[in-house]
Amino acid sequence: MSAATARRPLPAEALLGVDQVGLEARAAMLASRSIKREAKLFALDLAIRCTDLTSLEGADTPGRVATLCTKAMHPAPLDPTIPPVAAVCVYPALAAVARDHLRCSPVRVAAVATGFPGGQAPFEGRLAEARAAAAVADEIDMVIDRGAFLAGRYGQVADEIAAVKAAVGGRHLKVILETGELGGYDNVRRASWLAMAAGADFIKTSTGKIQPAATLPVAVVMMEAIRDFAWATGRIIGLKPAGGIRTARQAITYLVAVNEVLGDDWLTPERFRLGASSLLNDVLMQIAKEHSGGYQSPDDFSDA
Amino acid sequence: MATSPPTTSATPDAAPAPRPGGGHGAEDRRPAGGRFTYAPAPEATDHLRLRDRYELFIDGQFRPPAAGEHRLSINPATEEPLAEVAEAGPEDVERAVAAAARAFRSWSRLPGGRRGRYLFRLARLIQERQRELAVVESLDGGKPIRESRDVDIPLVAQHFFYHAGWADKLDHAFPGAPWRPLGVCGQVIPWNFPLMMLAWKIAPALATGNTVVLKPAETTPLTALLFAELCQQAGLPDGVVNVVTGGGPVGAQLVRAPGVAKVAFTGSTAVGKEIQRALAGSGKRLSLELGGKAAHVVFDDAPMDQAVEGVINGIYFNQGHVCCAGSRLLLQESMAEPFLRRLTRRMARLRVGDPLDKNTDVGAINSREQLGRITELVASGVAQGARLYQPPCELPSRGFWFPPSLFTDVAPSHRIAREEIFGPVLAVLTFRTPAEAVERANNTRYGLSAGVWTQSGARILWMSQRMRAGVVWANTYNQFDAAAPFGGFRESGFGREGGVQGLAAYVERG
Amino acid sequence: MTALAVAKTAKLYLGGAFVRSESGRVYRTEVAANIPRASRKDLREAVRAARAAQPGWARRAAYNRGQVLYRVAEMLEGRRREFVAVLGGGRGAGREVDAGLEALVYFAGAADKLSQLSGSVNDVAGPYFNFTVPEPVGVVALVAGERPALLGLVVPLAAALCGGNCVVALVAETAPLPGLLLGEVLATGDIPPGVVALLSGLRSELLPWVGSHRDLDAVDAVGCTPEQLTALEERAADSVMRVLPPGAAGAALRLSPQLAVRTLEMKTIWHPVGT
Repeated sequence: MSAATARRPLPAEALLGVDQVGLEARAAMLASRSIKREAKLFALDLAIRCTDLTSLEGADTPGRVATLCTKAMHPAPLDPTIPPVAAVCVYPALAAVARDHLRCSPVRVAAVATGFPGGQAPFEGRLAEARAAAAVADEIDMVIDRGAFLAGRYGQVADEIAAVKAAVGGRHLKVILETGELGGYDNVRRASWLAMAAGADFIKTSTGKIQPAATLPVAVVMMEAIRDFAWATGRIIGLKPAGGIRTARQAITYLVAVNEVLGDDWLTPERFRLGASSLLNDVLMQIAKEHSGGYQSPDDFSDA
Repeated sequence: MATSPPTTSATPDAAPAPRPGGGHGAEDRRPAGGRFTYAPAPEATDHLRLRDRYELFIDGQFRPPAAGEHRLSINPATEEPLAEVAEAGPEDVERAVAAAARAFRSWSRLPGGRRGRYLFRLARLIQERQRELAVVESLDGGKPIRESRDVDIPLVAQHFFYHAGWADKLDHAFPGAPWRPLGVCGQVIPWNFPLMMLAWKIAPALATGNTVVLKPAETTPLTALLFAELCQQAGLPDGVVNVVTGGGPVGAQLVRAPGVAKVAFTGSTAVGKEIQRALAGSGKRLSLELGGKAAHVVFDDAPMDQAVEGVINGIYFNQGHVCCAGSRLLLQESMAEPFLRRLTRRMARLRVGDPLDKNTDVGAINSREQLGRITELVASGVAQGARLYQPPCELPSRGFWFPPSLFTDVAPSHRIAREEIFGPVLAVLTFRTPAEAVERANNTRYGLSAGVWTQSGARILWMSQRMRAGVVWANTYNQFDAAAPFGGFRESGFGREGGVQGLAAYVERG
Repeated sequence: MTALAVAKTAKLYLGGAFVRSESGRVYRTEVAANIPRASRKDLREAVRAARAAQPGWARRAAYNRGQVLYRVAEMLEGRRREFVAVLGGGRGAGREVDAGLEALVYFAGAADKLSQLSGSVNDVAGPYFNFTVPEPVGVVALVAGERPALLGLVVPLAAALCGGNCVVALVAETAPLPGLLLGEVLATGDIPPGVVALLSGLRSELLPWVGSHRDLDAVDAVGCTPEQLTALEERAADSVMRVLPPGAAGAALRLSPQLAVRTLEMKTIWHPVGT
C-alpha cells in the first residue's frame, strides 16, 4: 500500500472475513422492518434529499441533462414540501451543462470519472479526466481498477485513489468499488478499507452498469467497514448505494440499514446518497399516497 | 442497577459532525429532530377467532373438566385476560389416556401412508392459518410476532410435513429388526415455544403409530387448543390427539398414569429429574429435553459482525426463554474489547416492546413468576461483583418486561455463569486458547448446545468434537429444522427430536 | 509325588492393574472362595481412571479401537481352555466362549461403521450443511448379566467399547471368576489402562453407589433384577444418568449394532454454506 495508507497499521478486525449466510440473514431482517405513516414520510423525504439523480447513458444530450436538472431542483413542482435532490450525476462531458442549470440551486453537480465504468483506460488519461471534471463538478465519482484489485495489486489501487484525490483538489470524492465484480463480501470489506484509507470521502457500491449492482447485504458490509474505520481513525466516510434502486421500498430499506448499522448521524446527504435514475417518481407516488390515502397513477408524475 | 457500557470509546453514534464538503450547497440540510423513529406497526388481530372459554380436548371433542374449573390465560405484555382455559383433574387425565388407548388400537394398525395423509393435512391446515396461529402465540406467550411468524409457525408446519413423509417409510428408518409403536404417549411441554414444542412431540408420535395426550404449559395453552380444532378439521380419528390443560399437577398425573407407555417432557432440569425418578421401575419409555447453559465461543478470527448477530440471536431470541440459549459468551481475550463494543452497540438497537409490533425484537417475559426469577438472578450477579450493562430502553408500565442485559467481569463460579436464567441475560467470560475454551465450555452439568465462531475449518471441527453438547452451531446459532436431530447430553436430557434419530424415541425395536 | 498346584488369587481389574479390594474384604460364592468384595472406594477409583482414560480412547481412530477389540478376541482364543474350565467345563462352556469370541469379533468390525449406521446428513431447509454424528456417551457402568456369566459381560462390554466408551463393569456376583479372568485378556489385548474396570462384589452394596455417582454418564442395567432396576433408576435421576434397560429377554445378547448405538449420543452440527 501507499505511504499514506501504511502510516497507521490497520486494526486487526479490518481484515476479518464476512460470513455470507449470517450477513444475508441480517440484511433480510433489516429489510423486514415495517415502516409506516410518519416514519415512512420521514424516510421518503430523506430519500429525496439523499438522491443523486443520475443519467449515464451514451445517448445523453444537453437537453436530457436540462430536463434532469429541472426534475432535481423541483421533483414535484406543485408540492412545495418536496425538497430538491442532493445532486445530479452525469458524464464529465455534460457536467458543464448541469452546472449552468443548477447554478442557483442547492443541488450539486456530480461527475463520474476515471474511465467510467470499466476503469481500464491508461491511468494518466483517467487522472486527466478526473482533473477536468473537478473543474466544473462539485463531486467526483471515480471507479477503481477492479482488475488490479482482483489481481492482488492493492497498492496500485490505493495509489490511484490517492492520486485522484490529490488531482480533484477539495472536491468530494466518491470511490466506486463495483462490488458486483469483486466476487464476494470479503473483498467488499477489503476494498472498502482500501478506498477509505486511500482518501475516499464516500464509498459507492456500483456503476449501475454491472449486475448485481447495489444490494442490501453489500451495503451493510460497507456500513460496517465505515463504522470500523471511524472507530480506528476518527474519519467519517459516507456511503452511496447505486444501481438497481428503483422503488421507495428499497430506498427505505437502505435508510433503515443505515439507521441501525451506522446510526442516525449518517442519515444526512453529507454522509449518505442513493444513486438512482428512476427512483424519484416512485418515492413521490408513495408520498402522495400517504397524504391522500389513495393509490397513485404514474402518469401524474413527470418523467425526469 | 448500573447501566454503563463496558467500553467507553466513542462510537460512530457520537462521531463529530461531518467536515464541510467541497463546492456548492454544503449546508447540512438535515431537519431538526430528524431521528428515524419507527411508527407503531401492529400486526392485525381482526382475523382471530378466539373463544371466551376453552374446554379439554378429549376423544375428539371439547369437554368441560369434571370439576368444572377454569383458569385465565393472560397476555403477559398487558396482563389482560385472553380466554378461560379448563383445569384438568385426575379424572379428566384418566379419560384422556383411556381415549388415547382406545384410539391406539386402530391408529397403530392403519397403513403408514394413511397416517401420513392425516399429518400432511395438518401441515397444510397449519400453513393456511399460520398468521392467526402466530398472532395467538405472541398474544399468549409474549414473543415478538416477527419470531412467531417467521420462525415458530413455519417450523411447526415443517415438522408435520417432514414426519408425514416418514409414516410410510418406517421399515427403512429401522432396518435390521422389526419395530412397533409404543402406545399412549404422555407429553408435557413448556411455554417458550408452545406450538413448536407441540409439533416436536405430536408429529413423530403420530407418524410412528402412537397416540398422544398432550399437556401444554399453563401460561400458554391457547395454540394447543387451536391445534385441537385443526385436528377436528383434519378429520383425525377421535382420541388420537388429546389435550389436557392445567398446571403442574396435571402433568404429574399424566406422566404417572398407568395407561401411558411413553413419556416425553421438555422443560426444566429439576422437573425432568422428578419425572425420571417418578418413572423408576415403571418400564415406561422416557425422553427428556431439559435445561442448558450453552457456551458461545468466539475466536479472534471470527467474522465479527456476523458473530455479534449470532450472539444477539443466541441470547435475546425469544427473550432468552430458550433452553439452548447461548447464555455464556466465551470471548477470546485478544478481541474481547472490540467485540464487546460492537455487541453493546447492537444491544442498544434492539427494540423492546409490544410483541405484536412487527418491528419488535424483544417481547414480554412470559410470566410474573419468570420475571421474578430473572430479576433475582441478575441481582445475584450484581451482588457477586459482575458488571451489568443494560442499554437504555423504555419498558411498558404494564406487563412483564426485562431489558436485554449483559454481564462482564463474570467469574465462572458466579451463579449467572452456572445457572440457567431463561431470560435475556448474557454472561461474558474470556479465554486464551482453544483448549481453555473447551474446558470452560464444558465446565457445566448441562450439555444441550454450543456455539463456535471462527474462520478456521479445522478449528471448527476440533471444537465441535470436544464440546459436550447435543447441538453445535458453528458460525451460526439457534437454527432449528425438522430434519435436524435436537437434544442434549448430560443433565440437558436424553433422546432426540427431529430427524430419523428422533423417530427412535417413539418405537420399540427388535 | 505330584507338584502342589499353584492356585490363582482372584483380583479386581482396576486402572489396568490387578488388585485386591482396597477394603481388604472378600466374599464367597457356591464355587469359589475369597472373591474380592469391591467397595464403594474401589468403584470411585475405577470411575476416576475411566474418566481419565475416556477422551484418549474415544479419540482413537475407530479402526484402531476395532483392532484392539480384535486383539482381545485373539487373546481370548489363546486362553480358551482356561475359560472353559472356569465356566465349569463341558460343551456349554465351550459354546459360551465361542459366543464371546463371536461378540468381540462382531464389535471389532462394528467400530468404524457406527457413524454410518447411526449418523446422518440432514436436509435442512436453509443454507446450512447439517450432519449428525454419534459420540460415546462417556463412562458407562455395566451391571453385567448374572447368567451366562461370561457372555453377559462380554457382549455389552464390547458393544460399549467399540463406540469409544470406558466401562466400569460389575461382573456376575454369583459367578465372578469368568468376568475377573477376562481382565487378563483385556490387559494383554492392548486395552489401555483405565478403559475397563472389572469389579466383583455384592450388588446390594455397590448399586446404590453406581446410581448416585455423578460422574457416570450411563449405566447398562442388563444384569439388574426388576427391584435393582427400580432403585437404580430412582438414584440415576439425580444426575439424569441414562439407564439402559435390560430389554426383552435374550435381546441383550443378540448381536446387533443397536447394542453399540444405545451407548452413543447423537451430536448435530450446523454450518452455513456460503462464499
